Amino acid sequence: MHTTPSPGPPVHRRAEVAAGVRASLSAGLGMFPLGVAYGLLVIQAGLPWWVAPALSIAAFAGSLELLLVGMMVAVTPLAAVALTTFLVNFRHVFYAFSFPLQLVRHPLARTYSVYALIDEAYAVTVGSPGRWTSWRLLSMQIAFQMYWVGGGLAGVVLAARLPAHIEGLEFALCALFVTLTLDACRTTAQLPSLLLAGLSFAAALAIAPDSALFLGLLAFLGALTVRYLLARRREPADA
Amino acid sequence: MPDTWYILAVLGTVFTITLALRAVPFAVLRPLRESRLVTTMAGWLPAGILGILALSTFHGSAGQGGGHLIQAVVAVAVTAAAHLLSRRRTLVSVAAGTVTFVALSALG
Repeated sequence: MHTTPSPGPPVHRRAEVAAGVRASLSAGLGMFPLGVAYGLLVIQAGLPWWVAPALSIAAFAGSLELLLVGMMVAVTPLAAVALTTFLVNFRHVFYAFSFPLQLVRHPLARTYSVYALIDEAYAVTVGSPGRWTSWRLLSMQIAFQMYWVGGGLAGVVLAARLPAHIEGLEFALCALFVTLTLDACRTTAQLPSLLLAGLSFAAALAIAPDSALFLGLLAFLGALTVRYLLARRREPADA
Repeated sequence: MPDTWYILAVLGTVFTITLALRAVPFAVLRPLRESRLVTTMAGWLPAGILGILALSTFHGSAGQGGGHLIQAVVAVAVTAAAHLLSRRRTLVSVAAGTVTFVALSALG
């Protein structure tokens, strides 16, 4: 190392932090209310309040956390929890292709940046490329986690003040997945996957209703593997 | 109801897998980018997995307390319609669907 790593002038740094927080605001507007709903759900499901912040720190992945609330209440086996986590968060594998991690030099900061690489952080950096610095990126990611953990805690507090159990609140999760499915299926090219997924889940439901999610995901993975092998066989020269 | 040890085991499992999914790709970026299996699956997986999660949570909501099937079907229709009409503003669609389901469940 020839150059001493300089953190940059403080004024510059403050401007970058401010820009990072600004970049976090629009996505944060959606994260906070969803966090409140998640906190409410944790309490209404009968789990201890600390599960809300603890899971938001362990996973930091919104839709997975909402899903895990129900799985924990049902004391789902850890193998099923592991597979569900793997498949639901598998999309994160592709975020490394375009996330500007090379900007972050400090090892601790780098570790946090990777840990906090959530959908929103990926979407915002990809949506406005070219203007990122280490401070901006990290302050945005820390702001995201504060919205999410803060929203969950607000939901916990709110649940304690509600007069009674609200029946049907967990439908929010179903509604969320319906909208995410619609967003993922903007072209007809996605229809075969959706059809295979529907058949896989229906079959799993018929065979073992109690572990339909686990079996359905496994069956879907198997079906896609067969589809991949068939597609490769059909065009062997195109490699 | 789960005990504390079970909850801690879930937290540990989820932490490990989620962090690995986020960290490992940075270490093996090039082979991943060149793998045809990985890039193909990247295109195929999301819609289907989200669809299975939608079906699974639908099944949970529709079946709870001895049959809320009609309420769930109506609420899904409201969610989807709100989503397509509100230019995919997720929060609006989720709120509309959830309020519909809670209200219909309270009625019947």
